[in-house]
Amino acid sequence: MRIGIVCPYSLDVPGGVQNHVRDLAEVLLDLGHEVSVLAPADDDTPVPPYVVPAGRAVPVPYNGSVARLAFGPLSAARVRRWIREGGFDVLHIHEPATPSLSLLALWAATGPIVATFHTAMPRSRMMSAASAILRPALEKISARVAVSEPARATLVHHLGGEPVVIPNGLFVDRFANARPRPQWREGAGTLCFLGRLDEPRKGLAVLLRAFPEIVRRRPGVRLLVAGPGDVEEARASLPAECRPAVEFLGMVDDQTKAEMFASSDIYVAPHTGGESFGIVLVEAMAAGAPVLASALDAFRLVVDGGRLGRLFEVGDSDALAEEAIALLEDPAARDRLREAARLAVRRYDWSNVAKEIVSVYEMVAEGPAGVGEATAVAPGPAGPVGGDRRDDSIDGAT
Amino acid sequence: MDWVLVAIVVVAVIGVYLSWTAGRIDRLHARLEAARSALDAQLYRRSAVALEVATSGMLDPATALLVADAAHRARSGGEEERELVESDLSKALAAAFPDVETCQQLARQPGASELLAELGAACRRVEMARRFHNDTAANARALRTRWLVRAFRLAGHAPMPETVEMDDTPPAGLVGWAPSPS
Repeated sequence: MRIGIVCPYSLDVPGGVQNHVRDLAEVLLDLGHEVSVLAPADDDTPVPPYVVPAGRAVPVPYNGSVARLAFGPLSAARVRRWIREGGFDVLHIHEPATPSLSLLALWAATGPIVATFHTAMPRSRMMSAASAILRPALEKISARVAVSEPARATLVHHLGGEPVVIPNGLFVDRFANARPRPQWREGAGTLCFLGRLDEPRKGLAVLLRAFPEIVRRRPGVRLLVAGPGDVEEARASLPAECRPAVEFLGMVDDQTKAEMFASSDIYVAPHTGGESFGIVLVEAMAAGAPVLASALDAFRLVVDGGRLGRLFEVGDSDALAEEAIALLEDPAARDRLREAARLAVRRYDWSNVAKEIVSVYEMVAEGPAGVGEATAVAPGPAGPVGGDRRDDSIDGAT
Repeated sequence: MDWVLVAIVVVAVIGVYLSWTAGRIDRLHARLEAARSALDAQLYRRSAVALEVATSGMLDPATALLVADAAHRARSGGEEERELVESDLSKALAAAFPDVETCQQLARQPGASELLAELGAACRRVEMARRFHNDTAANARALRTRWLVRAFRLAGHAPMPETVEMDDTPPAGLVGWAPSPS
């Protein structure tokens, strides 16, 4: 199949959506499909061969933080040209409601369109207001996919309907094949954490409050902390006698991350909110680290209510310490969690996830016509005629 | 003089809006038809694979008979009892593959792993196809219940789109279980 994928965020900035798009594109190429990814990028930024740059991404405040988005007439023209010249059987748009390439593509295209929603947001007035504006565009989507139950719930709340859930994928074997590093296995047990140090919702503070108690009861235990942020500030929040037990690794690459998980007796996920899926938990499970996570909805689902990992009350450092100590004292329980998790993560492997996504493509692309350009007529995104055929005649913007 | 101009502009704007909306309805109807035939195809496929599983010898005879019966009814059911017999097939499959352990055990038999994976995929596809269909139907209904659309009969004589209501939950055992490559 010829598949066009639209990513709203720059691929050179790390992020859940970008990683998903890149991995998906590569898996689809491996399966023998033709794939073109449209993403924001400067013309002189090096990009993989399957990426079509759609112009510079500009940092703008959006949705409570600063996002790098591509919009404006230049981007709109490039989106139109990419759709017109692509001849795609199916168009796969990520985060279609993001005011970036995704929305532009949805506006400009007709035909079989699949959309994947990544965000889980508590009810927001903005989204509800925007949904009235977005509705004519969103109703062009043939198949709506959410990456997790919370993302699905968000979508249902704002737009109704019955989206399906296809989880984020990962390359399970890359994690399963990781080997522990001997220097991280010394001592009376290894805990690890991954996430920005200074982003409160990643919950490092919750873990550091619990750590002194864990050290008191299990002397010789160590903690690996991976992620960017102010190390000195984090270190200062610990009592002096605990500091030598904590090793800060800074930003880590995928290999180091996998080896850190493989070396750990417990991966702690003390997040306090804002998580849509929890891909990190699945990564840790794939690498063989027993998971101890805060009981967020998303995490509860990933660890199957406690069968694949232990849970503790969100933000409760005492509960975290108790659970961690119990797990450290019980190697048999850790082995049981490892074994159950090893089987369960298979369904998140790209080989299985890609199969589901391709079956969605096949289902929506069954009609006669491929993806075409919508005729541009005010007052909305679609022309007045049943423009399901490709229409190349109307375009002034190349 | 001015009010003539205003009237012309108003009529023109309404005209463009109506024609644009008629286009939206048209496209939604076309997509709905495609989604309906996709759903029919997936339902047909699911019952075919279910029959194959039932007759493959991997199941115990009682379970096999249960699944075969439900699959057969789903294939031969008339249009009016469609949602009912397909829901029954979903329930029968849910009973036959209640948990991951059952599927792991069944998959140890030669050839069973592929067939189970195929059945799992078929059930998932039914679930997806129905939701895609119902999403489109809901969009079409929302648009068609607007008073302007009704007043100008923009939808012509096309019947009001209906959602398909049935139990399409894939069996728990097949959802949590994925064939491992080794």
